[in-house]
Amino acid sequence: MATFIIRRLLWLVVVLFAISILVFLIFFATPGVDPARQMAGRNPTAATIKNIKHEFGLDRPLPVRYGLMMKHIFISRDLISYGSHTKVIPEILAAAPVTLSLVFGAAVIWIVFSILIGVAATVFRGTIIDPLLMILALIGISIPVFWLGEMVNLVTQSRAHGFFLFSWVPPLGYTPLTQDPVKWFEGLIFPWLTLSVLYIGFYARVLRANLIETENEDYVRTARAKGLSERRVLMRHTLRTSLITFVSLFGLDFGVLVGGGALLVEVVFGLPGIGLLTYNALTSLDLPIIMTTVIYGAFFITLASAMVDLVYAWLDPRVRPA
Amino acid sequence: MAEPLLEVRDLKVSFRTEDGIVHAVDGISFTVDQGEVLGIVGESGSGKSVTVMSVMRLITDPNVMYQGEILYKGRNLMGLSKDAMREVRGEEIAMIFQDPMTSLNPVYTVGWQIEEQLHEHYTLKKGQARRRAIELLGQVGIPKPEQRIDDYPHQFSGGMRQRVMIALALSCNPDLLIADEPTTALDVTIQAQILELIKDLKRDFGSAVVLITHDLGVVADIADRILVMYAGRIVEEGDKDQIFYDPQHPYTWGLLGSIARLDRPKPRRLTAIAGQPPSMINRPAGCSFRPRCPQAYDRCKVEDPLLTAKVGSEHLDACHLSVEDKRARRDATIHPELAESA
Repeated sequence: MATFIIRRLLWLVVVLFAISILVFLIFFATPGVDPARQMAGRNPTAATIKNIKHEFGLDRPLPVRYGLMMKHIFISRDLISYGSHTKVIPEILAAAPVTLSLVFGAAVIWIVFSILIGVAATVFRGTIIDPLLMILALIGISIPVFWLGEMVNLVTQSRAHGFFLFSWVPPLGYTPLTQDPVKWFEGLIFPWLTLSVLYIGFYARVLRANLIETENEDYVRTARAKGLSERRVLMRHTLRTSLITFVSLFGLDFGVLVGGGALLVEVVFGLPGIGLLTYNALTSLDLPIIMTTVIYGAFFITLASAMVDLVYAWLDPRVRPA
Repeated sequence: MAEPLLEVRDLKVSFRTEDGIVHAVDGISFTVDQGEVLGIVGESGSGKSVTVMSVMRLITDPNVMYQGEILYKGRNLMGLSKDAMREVRGEEIAMIFQDPMTSLNPVYTVGWQIEEQLHEHYTLKKGQARRRAIELLGQVGIPKPEQRIDDYPHQFSGGMRQRVMIALALSCNPDLLIADEPTTALDVTIQAQILELIKDLKRDFGSAVVLITHDLGVVADIADRILVMYAGRIVEEGDKDQIFYDPQHPYTWGLLGSIARLDRPKPRRLTAIAGQPPSMINRPAGCSFRPRCPQAYDRCKVEDPLLTAKVGSEHLDACHLSVEDKRARRDATIHPELAESA
C-alpha cells in the first residue's frame, strides 16, 4: 500500500512538471509576445527592459528561460504581475484561503445533503416523496448560480436585511478566519449555500440512480437472505458500494472548484479568491498571474485526482495492489 | 415426524406487467420433511426460483401477487410480519444462490460477512463470532481458515466462494437449506465437490435441503424426492427411483432422453425437447406441455390434466395417458434398455 501511495504522488509530480512546461510554452514562447516589455510596466527605460531580459533569460535558449521562470515562481517568488506590478505569488497566497474556505464549507454541506436526499429518495421510492425530491434536485441543477447568488444578496443584503433573520449578514466581502471567526462564518454561510445547491442536486440524483442499480445486485439479495433489516442492508451494503462512484465524481469536482472553478460565486459575493483573481487577469491579459493560477489550478486538480485514487483503493479492496 | 417441515399449499405467484399478468407459479403444492432432500427440476422459466424466493419472501418487485399458503413448522410464512420473517430468514431457512462470483459483497472480508449474520441472530461475546466463523470455514473445507477469514471474496476461486456461501448459510443452523442452482456456474469437478459437501453437511447439521437445478445428473446423487416443474406447475413428483426408473410424464422422458450418456455410442446430435415453454400470460386451454409433446392426442388439447397418483400413492403425474400406454411409449423415447424395469 505504501508503494502505491508513493507511486501516485510521484506521478503527481511528473504531471505537474509536464503541465508547467506546456503552460510556459503557451504563454511565453509564442512568437510575437514580448514579455520583457509587458513586465517592465509603463514607460520602461531601456535599462529596465534590458534588466528584465537578463532576469528571465529572454535572449537565452528555451529550456533556460523555462528554468528561470520556474525559479521566479517557486524559489525566489518574485514574479511581477503585468497589471498591478506587485508580486504574483503573495497575491495568490492571499487569495487561496478565500477559495479554500468557500469550497471546503460548500463541500461539507453538499456531501451531507446530497447523501440525505439521495437515500431518502431511494427509501421512499414509490411514494410522492421520491419524484418531489428529484424535481427539487433538478431545479437545483438548473438554477444559474450567478442568478441565485444575486437573488440571495437581494434578499439578505437589501430587501429583507431589516428582518431579524438576515440582519446579521455582513456586507459582501471576506473576513479571514484568523481575524474574526464569527464574521468569517457569517460572511460565508450564504456563498456556501448558493454554491452547494447545484452540487446537491447533481449528487443526489447520481446517488439515487446508483443506489437503485446496486439494489439489484446479487450480494444485496444475499444480505436480505441473511435476515438483515432493510436499514442495515441499505446502509452497510447498498450505500457502501454506491459511495465508490460518488467519491470518484466528488474528487474531480472538488479539485476543479478549489482550482478556481467557483469564480461566479466569488464575483457575486465579492470574495477575493483565486477565481476572481484569474478572471481579472484574463480580462487584462496579465500573463504572469494567468500562468501561475493555471499551474496552481492544475496542482489541485491533479492532487484531487491522486486523492480520489487513494480513497477508491481504501473503499474497494479489489483495486488494491496485491 | 408427523408434521412436515415445510408445506406449500396451492401457491400461486403472479406479476403485473405492462403486457399483462404473468402467472409465474400456477398452483403448486408440496411438502418437505425434516432432514429430507427435495430436488426441484425444470428448465428456465418453469417457476422453480420464484417458488423458493416466495418461501423466503425475498421478491422485492412491488407488482407481485400471492395466493395460497406456505407453512413452515405449522406457521404461515405469508402472514408473518416483516420483522418475524427476518428472524426466520438466515436462522430457520437459509438460502444459497447460483453465482458465487457476485453473491458476496466485494468490499467486506468473508469473516466480516459471516460474523454479520451471526450477530444479527445471536448475542455473542467478543471473539465468539470470529471463532465460530473460523470453525465454519473449516467445516466447509477451506484450508487455513484462520488466515483466510480476513481475505476478501475476490481472493477466492469460484468453488471456494460457493463454500463460503454455504458456510454463511449454515452459520445459524437452519433447519431448511434452499440451494438455487448452486453448481450451475461452476465447472464439473467443482460441482461434484460442492454436492458432496452439501451431502456431508446435511448429515452433520441435520438440515433438510431443497435443491433446484435444471440438471437431472445433479439430483440423481443427492435427492430423496424429486419434483419436475413445467410452466409454473408440477408435472411429476416421486422419489428418486420412481422418477429415474419409472417416469410417468412425457416431459420427464424428454429430460432423461436429453442427457448425454458415456456408455452409449456418441450420437450425431444431442436430443432436445423441441419447441419453447409457453407464455405465462395467457395460458392456452388443455395441457401446457401439449405443443411440445410427441404423445399428445385430442384429449390433451381440451382438458388440463390434474396432478394425481396413478402408479403408487407417492408418485404423482399430470398426464392423461394410462399407465400401460405410457410405459409402452416411454421406452421408445428414452431408450430400449429401460424397458426391463417396466
